Amino acid sequence: MRFLVHRLLHSIFLLVGISLLSFAFLELAPGNFFDEMRLNPQISHDTLVHLEKQYGLDHSFAERYLAWVRSAVKGDWGVSFAYGSPVAPLIWTRARNTLLLTGLAMLLSWMIALPVGLLGAAERGRWLDNFFSLGTSLLLVTPDLLLALGLLWLALRTHWFPAGGMQSLSSSSAHADKLKDVAFHLMAPVAILVLGGLPVLVRHIRAAAIDALQQPCIRAARSHGISRVRILFRHGLPLAAAPLVSLFGFSLASLLSASLLVEVVMSWPGLGPLLLEAILARDVYLVIGAVMLAALFLAGGMLITDCLLFAADPRIRTEKLA
Amino acid sequence: MKISIQARMLGVMLLGLHLIVFFAGFFAPYETSLQNRDLPFAPPAHIHFLDIQGKIHPRPLVCVLVERSDAFAEYFEDRGHCFPVRFLVRGAPYKLFGLMRSNVHLFGVDAPATIFLMGTDAYGRDVFSRFLYGGQISLFAGLIATVLTLVLGALLGTLAGYYGGWLDAGIMRGAELFLALPWLYFLIAVRAFLPLSLSPKDAFVMLIAVIGFVGWARPARLIRAVVLSSREHHYVLAARLFGASDMYLMRRHILPDTYSILLTQAVLLIPQYVLAEVTLSFLGLGAGEPTPSWGSMLSTLQQYSVLVSYWWMLIPGLVLVPVFFGYVLLASELQSGRKTAAS
Repeated sequence: MRFLVHRLLHSIFLLVGISLLSFAFLELAPGNFFDEMRLNPQISHDTLVHLEKQYGLDHSFAERYLAWVRSAVKGDWGVSFAYGSPVAPLIWTRARNTLLLTGLAMLLSWMIALPVGLLGAAERGRWLDNFFSLGTSLLLVTPDLLLALGLLWLALRTHWFPAGGMQSLSSSSAHADKLKDVAFHLMAPVAILVLGGLPVLVRHIRAAAIDALQQPCIRAARSHGISRVRILFRHGLPLAAAPLVSLFGFSLASLLSASLLVEVVMSWPGLGPLLLEAILARDVYLVIGAVMLAALFLAGGMLITDCLLFAADPRIRTEKLA
Repeated sequence: MKISIQARMLGVMLLGLHLIVFFAGFFAPYETSLQNRDLPFAPPAHIHFLDIQGKIHPRPLVCVLVERSDAFAEYFEDRGHCFPVRFLVRGAPYKLFGLMRSNVHLFGVDAPATIFLMGTDAYGRDVFSRFLYGGQISLFAGLIATVLTLVLGALLGTLAGYYGGWLDAGIMRGAELFLALPWLYFLIAVRAFLPLSLSPKDAFVMLIAVIGFVGWARPARLIRAVVLSSREHHYVLAARLFGASDMYLMRRHILPDTYSILLTQAVLLIPQYVLAEVTLSFLGLGAGEPTPSWGSMLSTLQQYSVLVSYWWMLIPGLVLVPVFFGYVLLASELQSGRKTAAS
């Protein structure tokens, strides 16, 4: 219990730190959202002063931070200048799309990486392992950007799958059709995310499994004549649980932030393009909101990892209580 | 530390690429902003060794490109109108290292003919020249940002490990904060709070500062761990007994212990940082037009028509694969070298 409270406090400290850091950068930034209006002769100076007052830009750093914290606690997360509405609902509709994309990608990559990594460890040094290693090395050195552009090129050339967006303009409003349409549009971005995330995942799983398979208890199991498949899944996998849980937590934590580039290239209406727009328009509270949500996922992911580790590995429990 | 032959060879190859990019002015036949409005999206040049009569030429030939009258950006070669490629020609002036004036280029071709080794872009600018100059921004931003990160990381890590106490606690809490930040989001957010349009030089410095500043946490933690153990070495205690100052101990006895970690970290960080620069420029947050960088050159591919029709525009992205491969292999060589040295 003390361990969990400690971790929770740690996460809160992290979030406060990140929000303060973001605000500090905001403070250092020259100019604000209304700079562009200043160039417009049709907007009077008084209007601008009034607008800045309305959005509280004339207050001091501490006052603005406190106002933002109050608004965040209320569930608004500040006000977007460009949209003129609270940030939270804006971000949430976009974050849902991102989560759909990355959640599916994460599920798929784990489903592929787990057997590949375990097999690689079991067949260590043989041709299958070498083949997998070559594949992961090639994927590792291919930047996501290039993968995205490559798949986009394929989509445009072959028309096997749509080249961008989330829905076709012509899609009917029937529920089943809509679902099929979205699934069709998901193919390319999910493929990019899976291919991009796979090498790191496979390598870590393989390394963890190799470590586990070298334990004396595995040798004992082998000498008892237990089959290789059973050893691998029944005995090896639980031994490798701790690093795998950490890895899983890391995947969870990066759910919101991993797909920014892919979303931009494939024009997926997720959090990434929104963030980019907000940056170009200097819509600072929207930027902070997006960063905070991503940070929230990171902190949450780490917290879940710690809890899972706590549950999975008795060694951690005794260590912390001692 | 013993460095294997493979690692040396990889190092030499990477060094070669960096040298070519560094001396871009000499290797590039054209200026980056030189437009040939009548030759948009010209394909990579064909180099001929036979002329139209079938005679063999020792000097390679390049023929004049003529745009088809019935289609946009489609060309045929005027085989009767060919010119030899000349080496070490005088051409557009440039500055080496930003200070040595010169106008000698490795190769070039006489006036009506053009030599575009990697084709041209929408304004008829030579992609090969832009690629080399763009590498100066992309590769060297990555390199210098890595140095910045490692200096910051080594400094903070050594301070934390050596002095311990509240300084250690403070620095390590900060490191956890930076490790927890969503990397690309944070990079972009930091960029957001800086002016959007910058002169190329400012943009370069800004990119280095932003990228280098964000990543100090991981090296700092590694360095701290090394310093913690090396602080307890008997020779360090002996030196302290003889009255050596903290500065002397850190410089003379403790920092050298961290060199191999710093080297490996550098090799791991450089490709990440090059990619970070490419990504930021691709998103329009780095050096803007007309200054080339690999990222901003790739960003034209966001137009579907360009992506489908003109494959040579992808070259700045394709080059990243062998470069990263070199770095990844080098890193694993260095790591295994360290392991054998330790055992």
